Amino acid sequence: MTKLPSIGKPVSRLEGRLKVTGSAKYAGEYEAADLLYGYVVNSTITKGKIAVIDTTDAKALEGVIEVFTHENRPSTAWFDFQYADMDAPPGTVFKPLKDNEIKYNGQPIALVVAETFEMARYAAIKIKVAYIEEEFETDLESNINQARDPKKGLASMLKPPPPKPKGNFEEAYQNSFVRSSGEFKHGTEHHNPMEMFATTVLYEGKNKLKIYDKTQGTINSQMYVANVFGLKMKNVQVIAPSVGGAFGSGLRPQYQLFMAVMASLHLKRNVRVTLDRAQMYTFGHRPPTLQSVKFGADENGKVNAIFHKAIGETSQFEDYVEVVVNWANMLYPAENTLLEHKLVPLDVYSPLDMRAPGGSTGMHAIEITMDDLAYRLNIDPVELRLINYSETDKSSDKKYSSKELKKCYLQAAEKFGWNKRNPEPGSMKRGNKLVGYGMATGIWDANRLLARAQAIMTSDGKVEIKSAVTDIGTGTLTIMTQIASDELGLPIDEITFSYADSAMPFAPIQGGSFTVATVGPAVKAACKALNKKLFKKAKNIQDSVLSAARFEDVIFNEGFIFLKNNPELKISVAEILEANDGKEIKTTNTSMPNPLVYGKKARAVHSAVFVEVEVDQELGIIEVKRAVTAVAAGKIINPKTAESQILGGMIWGISKTLHEERILDNRFGKYMNANLAEYHIPVHADIHELDVIFVEEEDYFVNDLGVKGIGEIGIVGMPPAIANAIFHATGKRIYDLPIHFDKLL
Amino acid sequence: METNQSHTTKLTINGSVYNLALLPWVSLLDVLREEIHLTGTKKGCDHGQCGACTVIADGKRILSCLTLGVMKDGSEITTIEGVADGENLHPIQKAFIECDAFQCGYCTPGQICSAIGMLKEGKANTREEVQELMSGNLCRCGANKGIIDAIMEVKKGVYHE
Repeated sequence: MTKLPSIGKPVSRLEGRLKVTGSAKYAGEYEAADLLYGYVVNSTITKGKIAVIDTTDAKALEGVIEVFTHENRPSTAWFDFQYADMDAPPGTVFKPLKDNEIKYNGQPIALVVAETFEMARYAAIKIKVAYIEEEFETDLESNINQARDPKKGLASMLKPPPPKPKGNFEEAYQNSFVRSSGEFKHGTEHHNPMEMFATTVLYEGKNKLKIYDKTQGTINSQMYVANVFGLKMKNVQVIAPSVGGAFGSGLRPQYQLFMAVMASLHLKRNVRVTLDRAQMYTFGHRPPTLQSVKFGADENGKVNAIFHKAIGETSQFEDYVEVVVNWANMLYPAENTLLEHKLVPLDVYSPLDMRAPGGSTGMHAIEITMDDLAYRLNIDPVELRLINYSETDKSSDKKYSSKELKKCYLQAAEKFGWNKRNPEPGSMKRGNKLVGYGMATGIWDANRLLARAQAIMTSDGKVEIKSAVTDIGTGTLTIMTQIASDELGLPIDEITFSYADSAMPFAPIQGGSFTVATVGPAVKAACKALNKKLFKKAKNIQDSVLSAARFEDVIFNEGFIFLKNNPELKISVAEILEANDGKEIKTTNTSMPNPLVYGKKARAVHSAVFVEVEVDQELGIIEVKRAVTAVAAGKIINPKTAESQILGGMIWGISKTLHEERILDNRFGKYMNANLAEYHIPVHADIHELDVIFVEEEDYFVNDLGVKGIGEIGIVGMPPAIANAIFHATGKRIYDLPIHFDKLL
Repeated sequence: METNQSHTTKLTINGSVYNLALLPWVSLLDVLREEIHLTGTKKGCDHGQCGACTVIADGKRILSCLTLGVMKDGSEITTIEGVADGENLHPIQKAFIECDAFQCGYCTPGQICSAIGMLKEGKANTREEVQELMSGNLCRCGANKGIIDAIMEVKKGVYHE
């Protein structure tokens, strides 16, 4: 009767068949009767006012139903807080079509609704807009004199401000045996999920909507729609079964949701609004950032002084913050620190969390500085990390709940062949290519929030689990099913995990690498509660062989409850259901960390990254030929989907470092390359040998599944490892991102 | 305006014949998605930059977003919905599941149709050549390794129909 656990098995994605046959449905693909198509018109200026918006010609076209602008927008909520979503930074949320004011280039200013997509798009170009332009500022560097402290708000809970200064940085730095400093400049990045933002709204009678939305939080979108349009929560159902990538862009409701709902409510019709690719560059993005780092170390390589300052972009209406400067002291236990994070408000849309927000920014600067220190000290870069290794997060003086980073360094170095490295820059060659080996550390939070889940045993003995959580391609469906399978002792195919529906039990937005650690324990708790209910009913059956047993004495396996030390004594679930008159048995449970204990330890996931680059000596072309990432992230539920998460992160790292570059023309305040041909991401030919190692790590402090998150750790260490490898290959220390060939010529 | 004059267009899609009255400004991609409700073919950019809309037309992989529906009058089109033989998945489809060659799944139909078209072209022999000739299909999740692994497995004959 022993069945191997499902947890730890490389189960192929359960929705795989749907995805390879084209049957998986995304938000903009649901059929609806007499569907209307909305097309958004965007501002072509950066700041000012709409003087005149003339929709006469557009409205005159056959098949155009309505054109919405600020002049005829149906009334929506009055108060700012009603627009706030679960990821809203402190400030005033942007309200589409509120008035004639233009706050950023690409701001949505009208929605054309027509009977066909083509007519809506055509009508959009017939709209004439006259603007009164005002002076604007979109350039971070030339406005650093405007830098100020960010406002604090609810978002500060998961994104703590920098810790207060410790010791005396300046003195310690000046007295250090070696010093390293650098100025780092990062450009804007755009999430660019392959699926463009889309919402299909089904109008189901008076003020009742069923909404298919591209989102990372069904309840987040539901709450937003209900608040903004004054609807009852129960009359707004948001569904997002398949999400074509998001990477943070779906953490906040995007403007197509507002537009589609507005049009549907006003016209009492089914409406779909899909953004086009250029419009995918007209909302949240990873902000451009300037960083300044200074580290001082003693003659043994011990880092004793850390200065890290970041200046990030934000909009004029919200204070978007991310954790950029807190990481160094979480890793390296210096006694003297000075950490600052400032914002410069510019005439742009608010930045938005993008895969490893802040972490992938800060760790780039930190780990390049460590590499530079290693060279100055003539110590191997891995050795320098080990010299500064700590089991405690020095910034909070809390011990880590677990930290197998040392094993990450050693296992990844071994697999990579780090010992074959000649540390001399420019010393390794292959034909006309310079070869460089570089390494870096990665760190990311291991957080957990509150979630609920429902478990229902139906009359056929199968179990359905329900949660509002989405699966943005991370493997949530598969992993939650595996967790339920082990807890219930049922094979995977007897469990249905129903998800991505706001009518289901609460789950927070899917981000911050906290989904499995948050929803997983809720699923486990619901399954356990279901088992308890079954057990109680089993005991109450007449002449039950389990009448004297305690819950601790039994196990659940393949539809039976067995007595542990006498498996002969068992009761089948079928018997229990029969005794229950064939009625389903269900339970809904809440799971959250114990607030009295949870904060007592530091919790993080760690990685070590090793990279080999080739740099063409004449052309400066850079290629990542090999990379190995070792990750310590607690229990790995599914090594197959987990490996894909890390590989995806590594490729994001390659992309961030060597490809992605938005080009902003500050004379116009406009992104000049808002398309996938000119905003580069890696293609298949850019991706070579990549390896992932999961280092064993046991940690039941973080949650009873022992899981930490892995959605973000894959990217964090890659940019500095690549930059360090480029230094090793060429002797050129490049501090800015992205690194294109021109920087090496 | 000429656009409101529809043209009778015969398309054979996954073996079924459709006689459609198409406006000339409707892309093949939108014909598939909005007229015939075959939404397996994806719109990722609508500008021929991402490959998500790849379908097989008369045996060749094409970008359906850069093709007007009326241009394919008389053609045979295979979309992702027509790749499997009934319940029996195409080897590429099987390999994609096994190699975890997708995460969000949005670029997947285009990757699969493109892979089938590419294998038929017979120009790619090595892994590098496959990577090169599949580079018109972007994947933002970073499933590149799994995608190329899956195609190479099929080339090696690991997966059969």
